[in-house]
Amino acid sequence: MEFLPVILWSDALIWLLVLAGTALGWLSSRNPPLRAAWRRVGRSRPGMAATTVLLAFILVGLLDSLHYRLRLENKGAESAAPAPAAYAVEVLSLLDLVAGPLRARNEKTYSEPLATRAYAKESMEVRDADGRMQALRDYPRLKFGGIHLGEQEDQRTSDVTKRLLIALVLAVLLSAGTALSAASLLALRRGCSRRQAWCSIWRGDTEFAWNAVLGALLGLLLVLLPIALLCVDYHVFGTDKVGQDVFYQILKSVRTALVIGLVTTLVMLPLSIFLGIVAGYFRGWVDDAIQYLYTTLSSIPGVLLIAAAVLMMQVVIDTHPDWFATAAERADLRLLALCFILGVTSWTGLCRLLRGETLKLRELEYIQAAQAFGVSDLRIIGRHILPNLMHIVIIALVMDFSSLVLAEAVLSYVGIGVDPTMISFGTMINNARMELAREPMVWWSLAAAFFFMLALVLAANLLADAVRDAFDPRMAGPA
Amino acid sequence: MLAYLLRRLLYAIPILIGVNLITFALFFVVNSPDDMARMQLGVKRVTPEAITKWKSERGYDRPLFFNEAGAGTATFTDTIFFAKSARMFAGDFGRAEDGRDIAKEIVTRMGPSLAIALPTFVLGLFVTVAFALLLAFFRATYLDFWGVVLCVAMMSISGLFYIIGGQYLISKIWKLVPISGYGGSLDAWKFLILPVLIGIVSGIGSSTRWYRTIFLEEINKDYVRTARAKGLSELTVLFRHVLRNALIPILTGVVVVIPLLFMGSLLTESFFGIPGLGSYTIDAINAQDFAVVRAMVFIGSALYIVGLILTDISYTLVDPRIRFD
Repeated sequence: MEFLPVILWSDALIWLLVLAGTALGWLSSRNPPLRAAWRRVGRSRPGMAATTVLLAFILVGLLDSLHYRLRLENKGAESAAPAPAAYAVEVLSLLDLVAGPLRARNEKTYSEPLATRAYAKESMEVRDADGRMQALRDYPRLKFGGIHLGEQEDQRTSDVTKRLLIALVLAVLLSAGTALSAASLLALRRGCSRRQAWCSIWRGDTEFAWNAVLGALLGLLLVLLPIALLCVDYHVFGTDKVGQDVFYQILKSVRTALVIGLVTTLVMLPLSIFLGIVAGYFRGWVDDAIQYLYTTLSSIPGVLLIAAAVLMMQVVIDTHPDWFATAAERADLRLLALCFILGVTSWTGLCRLLRGETLKLRELEYIQAAQAFGVSDLRIIGRHILPNLMHIVIIALVMDFSSLVLAEAVLSYVGIGVDPTMISFGTMINNARMELAREPMVWWSLAAAFFFMLALVLAANLLADAVRDAFDPRMAGPA
Repeated sequence: MLAYLLRRLLYAIPILIGVNLITFALFFVVNSPDDMARMQLGVKRVTPEAITKWKSERGYDRPLFFNEAGAGTATFTDTIFFAKSARMFAGDFGRAEDGRDIAKEIVTRMGPSLAIALPTFVLGLFVTVAFALLLAFFRATYLDFWGVVLCVAMMSISGLFYIIGGQYLISKIWKLVPISGYGGSLDAWKFLILPVLIGIVSGIGSSTRWYRTIFLEEINKDYVRTARAKGLSELTVLFRHVLRNALIPILTGVVVVIPLLFMGSLLTESFFGIPGLGSYTIDAINAQDFAVVRAMVFIGSALYIVGLILTDISYTLVDPRIRFD
């Protein structure tokens, strides 16, 4: 199976961010105060539990950020010389490969979670005992949901129960295994017995909040393993209007949310760090100009500025259809433009904070001393000011993530969010909103989006709290 | 005080001009009026004549900044910038795509917006401050801990779910109030209850947590310890000392949004079908009515600047130490 790797712009940025994150981690490990702060984060139990959950989301997002296009089978090509390779228009990702069955097995329309039959009655023609055709209205059998049961649909409950039990046992075994290896690791490091190590993990008096990680892992496995075992043969969260599996949509939404939450900060950070430091350090007319710029931008209500910018971007995209080779590329560029717009509208807050802090820092003795020694401004900023602003930047980064994910849903609802063809929590909610009025009610799409979005944002908020408590010098009391 | 206010008002002018320039650049320089015409008319019917007609109907056929054909001041006044952007300072917002006067529309839609936003704001502030005081009173107990957990959970839920859930539960299952709509006269109250309630509930999480931190910062100060040492009850300390001093940081966040209440809430109004400014904006965005969006951006920033000035005034009211001389 040949394929052509496709690097979408957002993929490149996501991997750049992974690189930047690694670099940040390496820098933090060399800077004692930052290292101490990260240690404090590691000790926070809610923070570490949230990190475990977030890592699962990030793994899904990263898998979904490796794209490729399959090579098309060249059927009538025996005669001439090998034709130039043709590739499918559809851009797939590694996640699509892993979750292939979820993507491909589309029903006709709505079906309930774990259903074997469709949601609405249909007219069908059935051959009766005499061999005559008879029209009949009944719930048609799904094409894929629970197809392995064959004729014995009544065994669905026992089948589901069996799978749940297997998942439960697997989850417990897996987390017990992780717990055991964590205990052995700790025992090795402390030089005590494995039993003692386990006791201290259980009591929570370890340097790193192992008990929270293990607890979160158990919870995660208890949720994900049943879903994984069930989604092989059922639609765990049902199907939507066009018959697509809702769980697959959820998996795809994760990447959109992560891109919005993370790439936006990539746009925002350079702007606010550079302008904030320059304004605070050089003061004078530079300061006035930068202050004027951010006051003006922040005085435009965010949603309206975003709306105006997105409307304009739509015009640009619509008038240049030749820029994009595939629909995925267009949707991707629109996503990036949204990130860019969100970044441009949200850098002002952080910039103001950094300017204030720089104003304070530049009056301190060690910077005055550096200036007296004739150290260049660039070097003072790079060596003395920037490292002392890192805690503000890190706090702002994690605090912004959750609000950006929430903002995406609202913007997509208003119609100024991601491309309508792109699967995201916002478009899912938007599509599912009218379905509550149906009879019988279609609730599963909305419920699934609610549950997973809550998990993502809640984890991000908890981590943000832990990071803020660890990095904010005002919080670092005697404890 | 008056001199200070005047100075602040003067300072607002360059900011408004900046906002005006930004929106102008966004709407006319990034995309030429030709692009907008093509967008509005749809791809099929685009002929050069149709575009020219569309532009001349809306006055977009003039030059952007300088009209070389014009005589005297007309060099500057007979341009898109002057006609479409500079005139906004005089309250002239032009016409929407459907031909209606935007300024008139804004005035009539302000009422419904305020009818939702004002009760939400006042009651919401009351409820969240009360909750925050409760948590501060029971600080470092299980009630406080779980209260904060609840707040974090509540602020992690998208505002869309509050609205969808509230409409479903209260209007569809319990059938207490109509799902959406708006009545002009006194009947309006039954349309207002649900949006106001949902507005309050969706704001509880983040505000309560924020006010709680402010209260806790205040509670550890020396004057509070003195008040307790005098033998005042904890309740008196909270209400007479902590609450009044904590008002200053609370006011900074709160007063800014008061003028923006006129703008209404985009989501609430569009979900509940309330004919306010929020739904006006959403409709304009969906219909790609650039004139209306431009007008709303301008009004929004003007109101924000008013909010900043109001914040400064409110400081002097609650904190006698702050004087503007």
